Amino acid sequence: MHKEFLMGNAAIARGAIAAGLNVVSGYPGTPSTEVLETAAKVNDGSIYVEWSVNEKAAMEVGAGAAYSGARSMVTMKQVGLNVASDPLMSLAYIGVKGGMVILVADDPGPISSQTEQDTRHFASFSKLPCFDPSSVQEAYDMIQEAFEYSEKYHTPVLFRPTTRVCHGYASVEVKDKEEYKVHKPEGFVKDSSKWVIFPRLSYNAHIHIEERNAELSKVFSDYRRNIITEAADSSCRKGIATHGISYTYAMEALRGKSAPRVFKVSTPFPFPEEAAVKFLEGLEEVLCIEELDPIIERELTYICGKYHLNTKILGKLTHNVKTAGENTCASVAGNIADFMGWEKPAAAEMEAPPALPVRPPVLCAGCPHRASFFAVKEAMKGKKTVFCGDIGCYTLGNAMPLDMVDTCLCMGAGVNITQGIGRIAPDTSCFAFVGDSTFFASAITGAVNAVYNQADMTLVVLDNSTTAMTGHQPHPGTGRTMMGEVVEKVSIQEVLKGVGVKTVETVNPLELGKAIDTVKRVSAEKGVKAIIFKSPCAVLIKGNKPAVIDADKCINCKKCINTLGCPGIVLKNGSAAIESSLCTGCGLCSQVCPVKAIGGGGNAE
Amino acid sequence: MQSNILICGVGGQGIVLASKLIAATAMAHDIPVMSAETIGMAQKGGSVFSFLRMGDDIYCPMFPEKTADIIIGFEPAEAVRMLPYLKDGGQVIVNTHPIMPITAVLSGSDYTGAEMLDYLDRSSAEVVHVDGIKAIEDLGSPKVLNMVMLGAAVRNGVLPFSVDDIEDVMKKTVKPQFIELNSKALRYTL
Repeated sequence: MHKEFLMGNAAIARGAIAAGLNVVSGYPGTPSTEVLETAAKVNDGSIYVEWSVNEKAAMEVGAGAAYSGARSMVTMKQVGLNVASDPLMSLAYIGVKGGMVILVADDPGPISSQTEQDTRHFASFSKLPCFDPSSVQEAYDMIQEAFEYSEKYHTPVLFRPTTRVCHGYASVEVKDKEEYKVHKPEGFVKDSSKWVIFPRLSYNAHIHIEERNAELSKVFSDYRRNIITEAADSSCRKGIATHGISYTYAMEALRGKSAPRVFKVSTPFPFPEEAAVKFLEGLEEVLCIEELDPIIERELTYICGKYHLNTKILGKLTHNVKTAGENTCASVAGNIADFMGWEKPAAAEMEAPPALPVRPPVLCAGCPHRASFFAVKEAMKGKKTVFCGDIGCYTLGNAMPLDMVDTCLCMGAGVNITQGIGRIAPDTSCFAFVGDSTFFASAITGAVNAVYNQADMTLVVLDNSTTAMTGHQPHPGTGRTMMGEVVEKVSIQEVLKGVGVKTVETVNPLELGKAIDTVKRVSAEKGVKAIIFKSPCAVLIKGNKPAVIDADKCINCKKCINTLGCPGIVLKNGSAAIESSLCTGCGLCSQVCPVKAIGGGGNAE
Repeated sequence: MQSNILICGVGGQGIVLASKLIAATAMAHDIPVMSAETIGMAQKGGSVFSFLRMGDDIYCPMFPEKTADIIIGFEPAEAVRMLPYLKDGGQVIVNTHPIMPITAVLSGSDYTGAEMLDYLDRSSAEVVHVDGIKAIEDLGSPKVLNMVMLGAAVRNGVLPFSVDDIEDVMKKTVKPQFIELNSKALRYTL
């Protein structure tokens, strides 16, 4: 063993590798992305690593490997599990041969997600065991145990850290390479009575799963990470039940205190019922401190009913803990103080500060999406339009002054939503914007749907040749894999032509005049048509020299600032000025300036 | 002993690296360390903070309000934003150069940074101003602002390390051709 300073996600990957990982597949999504990236980075060639095209594909690749006796891990964020839920639900009935851990990172807040859904629900819904780590060190240790349980019980297991564990760093004890398990899979062994799902198999499997989970509830009651910390003050009749990062907040708040009793639930499903009964013994009141949904709270309420216990269970359902958003050290300390009747920790008392500038996320200086949105906006000026957005950096096209995202729902939804809107308002020019990675992940079916059902819409693919939002992962259009291979790129243009989109035009959005003309011409056609705006992510390229504003020519109209909202142009002494530390010289502003006062940079015209 | 350190500023200023360097120095001294920072949607230009804790018996990297021993603010308004975390008698090291967000540019805000510096001076006992613009001009590179800030913080004696300690670890982490520049930045004083 030795110590290293690791991010939670890196610790998870390293733990999985120490457990003898053979295959890891996933789809990028905050806060899960670095797990697979770390596995790829430290891979000595013995592990197969892939970014799959989406979470469903990742889950199925992982399942196939585990059928073959391999230890496999699948990684995604919480909403990714929605995409992968079809294989998940069936896989729970089929089971696995090699250990399979499905890593799903939840995002209380939410900090960078569409929903505050709780994967612990997916555990009970799919009837799969679930592990919930509370720290970086525990994540490292626990994922190794998760593989053991998975293999022992021939079932995939869920491993669900939350953002603060995924993205927290800590000095942790990790194994030396010599201590790693080496796991040699034997390969797929044919047995259609085992691997082919049929109603009869599912019926029998259902009986078995329920029996197994009853057993696992007992096993987990003795699991060393489901901890009951007895109060030093034995007269205290109160208890706290908690989990994950909230457990650490609670322990911080209880530093130096002699009560109450604390129950840390590390396996929310199957719930460690016997341990819970032991925890509840003699308690009059229990406060459940959870993030996302009140799962422990409901379980304890149920157990109190089942065992006729006279313990009052408090938490989110009783409004003793806030129902939404993430917990913090301060919120948990406040909850505990209220519950225990302690004096609340004093909030900082100070003079109100001056108005603070807000810094919402915006498209980067030089981002080609800004040019794409602006081109469509200019081309469609005065027309009745709807712009359906999607998930990615380009959701930020909603911000003023661009204001070019009317809807955003989930990965790949925009292309179908725009069809629905068009059915109700046929006089509207319907656009769907989708990024290149999202296109491959889940917009191709939408394009086929549009073609088949004779929709009238323009699909705009914003192709910056990377998965930018999550930190620049490769995808089928980039021609690079996580095994370091250079492979043939899957062409978005060819895919669209192949599914029957007759007009597909590719244009560089930074050539503004040409881009605007293309949008005008293509969108005027009937039926389904597509424009691919192709220009690389500004973060990935060495930019041109910064633009230069000729103060003599500038008429101070501020059109560059007010139409583009680029962080690379700022106001200095009332006039537009280039922030040269940010400007990439993309040349967009010089094409917008009515008096050609902006030069330098890489003027695309 | 525990130290709670809060580093804050704007994405792109090298905050995460500064935090990692402190953590690595703690590791080199066998001090348990944890940190947490904003990542994800926070890209260039967004508010960025890093919580860093060192010492025994720590459960989580975040700490509550009024418990930071030191705030290292790379931007005046960001230092003010995080000021509620400063403990009574804690220190603030602040870069005096403001960064105006594009939303403020669009709305014609009159944010100058001076009002934030005044507020910091009024509200906390010990505030060290660092002229970051002058520092990076003198040093000839905007990339070493984080070393300048770190150096200023260490010199003030709140962190359990010396400039030499940080420098030793820095030498092992940065590319050889940048060691000299970073050393100069760590030791830079106005």
